[in-house]
Amino acid sequence: MYKIVDKKLLAPNIYSMDILAPRVAKAALPGQFIIIIVDENGERVPLTICDSNPEKGTVNIVTQAMGSSTKKLVAKEVGDHIKDFVGPLGKPSEFIHEDIEDLKKKKILFAGGGVGVAPIYPQAKWLVERGVEVDIVTGSKNKDLVILEERFAELTENLFIATDDGSYGFHGMVTNAIDELVENQGKKYDLCVIIGPMIMMKFTSMTTKKHGIPSIVSMNPIMVDGTGMCGACRVTVGGETKFACVDGPEFDAHQIDFDEALRRQAQYKEEEIKKDHEYCELTGGMMA
Amino acid sequence: MADVLKKVPVREQDPKVRATNFDEVCYGYNQDEAIEEAARCIHCKNAKCIGGCPVGINIPDFIAQVKEGNIEGAYQIISESSALPAICGRVCPQESQCEGKCIRGIKGEPVSIGKLERFVADWARENGIKPTPAAQKNGHKVAVIGSGPAGLTCAGDLARMGYDVTIFEALHKAGGVLSYGIPEFRLPKDAVVAAEIENVKSLGVKIETNVIIGKSVTVDELLQEEGFEAVFIGSGAGLPMFMGIPGENANGVFSANEYLTRNNLMKAFREDYQTPIAHGKKVAVVGGGNVAMDAARTALRLGAEVYIIYRRSEEELPARKEEVHHAKEEGIIFNLLTNPTEILVDDNGWVRGIRCIRMELGEPDASGRRRPIAIPDSEFELEVDTVIMSLGTSPNPLISSTTIGLDTNKRKCIIADEDNGQTSKEGVFAGGDAVTGAATVILAMGAGKAAAKGIHEFITKKYQ
Ligand SMILES: Cc1cc2nc3c(=O)[nH]c(=O)nc-3n(C[C@H](O)[C@H](O)[C@H](O)COP(=O)(O)OP(=O)(O)OC[C@H]3O[C@@H](n4cnc5c(N)ncnc54)[C@H](O)[C@@H]3O)c2cc1C
Ligand SMILES: Cc1cc2nc3c(=O)[nH]c(=O)nc-3n(C[C@H](O)[C@H](O)[C@H](O)COP(=O)(O)OP(=O)(O)OC[C@H]3O[C@@H](n4cnc5c(N)ncnc54)[C@H](O)[C@@H]3O)c2cc1C
Ligand code: SF4
Ligand code: SF4
Ligand code: FES
Repeated sequence: MYKIVDKKLLAPNIYSMDILAPRVAKAALPGQFIIIIVDENGERVPLTICDSNPEKGTVNIVTQAMGSSTKKLVAKEVGDHIKDFVGPLGKPSEFIHEDIEDLKKKKILFAGGGVGVAPIYPQAKWLVERGVEVDIVTGSKNKDLVILEERFAELTENLFIATDDGSYGFHGMVTNAIDELVENQGKKYDLCVIIGPMIMMKFTSMTTKKHGIPSIVSMNPIMVDGTGMCGACRVTVGGETKFACVDGPEFDAHQIDFDEALRRQAQYKEEEIKKDHEYCELTGGMMA
Repeated sequence: MADVLKKVPVREQDPKVRATNFDEVCYGYNQDEAIEEAARCIHCKNAKCIGGCPVGINIPDFIAQVKEGNIEGAYQIISESSALPAICGRVCPQESQCEGKCIRGIKGEPVSIGKLERFVADWARENGIKPTPAAQKNGHKVAVIGSGPAGLTCAGDLARMGYDVTIFEALHKAGGVLSYGIPEFRLPKDAVVAAEIENVKSLGVKIETNVIIGKSVTVDELLQEEGFEAVFIGSGAGLPMFMGIPGENANGVFSANEYLTRNNLMKAFREDYQTPIAHGKKVAVVGGGNVAMDAARTALRLGAEVYIIYRRSEEELPARKEEVHHAKEEGIIFNLLTNPTEILVDDNGWVRGIRCIRMELGEPDASGRRRPIAIPDSEFELEVDTVIMSLGTSPNPLISSTTIGLDTNKRKCIIADEDNGQTSKEGVFAGGDAVTGAATVILAMGAGKAAAKGIHEFITKKYQ
């Protein structure tokens, strides 16, 4: 059992949780993820590591309550326990193996969308702590859903907050914000790291390709074990089949077959909706 | 009196009924049936059956105890050699092991050694009899990676010698393939697997789940920072293979590992569990091993019409005879001498069928089995909505790629000495599917046993 030691509401329906898991906290590197099982009947749910504190032994995750599993998770309070918590999984971001002096010469852009804004934090923090400057673009539907603004502001002066409806910051989507930066503000980037919903990653990749910016995406396909044992997480990268949980989750954005990835992610849609309804009925619709 | 040339028949669930549930197919012997079957054993002086058992159970002696009605005595004899008898009695390919060597088998049917072993183990469990733990701890710490049959056996044997053993398991449940791969209807999870794991724990073995060696912590860290004096790697061969044919990433194509894990480990067949599983109407399972049979019979129980597609003939099917027989009884359709060439996909990216080609058998290949050759212009299409690939597995490189100085061969298998499990790295031992590639439960146990001895010798020598 893994104890929840902190819980914050970041925006409507988006929660941050610190969970006590000393082995994971000690080993976690930027770009990796964990898998949780909320309770005995739960499914294995992958979530990106958003921060970790080896001294306290805690790992931070941020999740949006979407279906039955994430709703069950956010219903837990500080002091409650989660049945299983395993990680860190996947390969760390490639840049952690690069020479810091080389990295310092690069202009790196982070582009996060929706709840995918949270997992860019550990990567940007890792770089900033080593003296590498980064630009950050976050995209949210509206002002209420903007998350982690203060924490990002500590990392860079070049923080661009975009909202789809223009209720806060730049009016437009992440793709529009990148166009604005490159086309109107004359920014040049050597690398862009894109994390968010699959559809956002698809279109943002197309945008960075247009601007000739090498890009990385963090793929979030359906997973079961997360250790390379099942193949549920297959993605096609440059025409080759890769297992996102062990070969990724980060890949060259411009090599991904996004249409296949989007289609595969929807494989259990009907079953998921059914389980979600069952869960809502169980909780008297409280969580819907 | 029954025909002495034949096994005492074992009671089973009716095929029509069991095709719709996940309860165990085989009921096993009761005491009277077991005693009657035990009487068929002629207690050979030079008992060939023992040589056929990879852990060398003293078969004639335990059967003699059964014959006398001393089931506890029989259990103690089995326990000297095996920590998981209720499992082996159910899943060993007896026809090619112990029973394959039985004298009775020359003229008539061999003694039903597996069913007798199962009876004894089930009886012991139901009567609360447990193996005896070590009288005294010796204070030496050993880490075991993986809680499959290899890891459980190695840990159990070391604990009995007094070692302080911790098993690290990547998944949230112990058991390896016994928990995630082999289905409930063949190997009940709570009643049998969990109970045998409890027996190992009762010897003092600790099991830490949710720890992935190579990710959460490395082998080198276990040795240098966590005070373990030796490590046994029993991480299995969990990496599924695919064919590389067009359409393989369509929606509705799964590895057998995924399909079985969803159903067995995550209990997708139960309404009250959250993990979803595809409920196909027509399912093609590609492959002919135990894994393919298990996937096919699972799909059948979830309501599908199921086809096995296998490129050789019935004689070469690598699955246990009993499983093939059960699968046929339940109505699985066998398309033998058939090989898939393409998975057909509809406009929405879902499977709509599978294109296959007929095969014939040519000259024997390196494995000694006759090589299947495609018959030109014999392609045909089979309409299915789900395809399960069961083409074999290979060892996961997660550990070998993160452990300094651990050698593997071309097939990514860890290189280890058969006699004592010693690898290329001092203090590190390995065995089971991680070393041999996908094999059997009992061979993995045999390797775990050999490594326990190897580790004991290694640590003893260090302190001489
Ligand atoms: C490597 C990885 C990292 C992830 N990191 C995070 C994270 O940091 N925070 C977070 O909130 N979520 C993250 N996800 C997604 C998360 O695992 C899913 O949202 C979760 O499994 C949904 O479970 P559910 O039962 O609540 O919803 P479901 O009922 O299963 O699904 C609800 C909706 O979400 C969609 N969905 C299902 N699976 C995914 C998926 N893998 N990605 C996106 N949408 C999905 C469904 O199609 C459906 O529309 C990550 C996924 C992966 C593979
Ligand atoms: C569906 C199916 C049916 C089968 N049917 C039969 C049968 O009828 N009869 C028979 O004799 N054999 C059968 N087999 C084969 C048999 O189950 C295996 O040969 C046997 O389980 C191998 O044992 P093992 O201990 O080497 O590995 P496994 O049983 O594979 O156990 C390995 C364990 O190590 C864990 N692990 C892996 N990597 C790590 C890591 N990095 N850190 C921590 N833990 C890790 C895994 O999660 C797993 O729990 C079947 C196999 C399958 C898949
Ligand atoms: S362990 Fe397997 S091979 Fe050995 S006697 Fe039992 S059934 Fe036969
Ligand atoms: S070979 Fe057969 S008959 Fe002889 S001891 Fe073994 S089981 Fe009994
Ligand atoms: S999630 Fe099972 S192999 Fe990647």
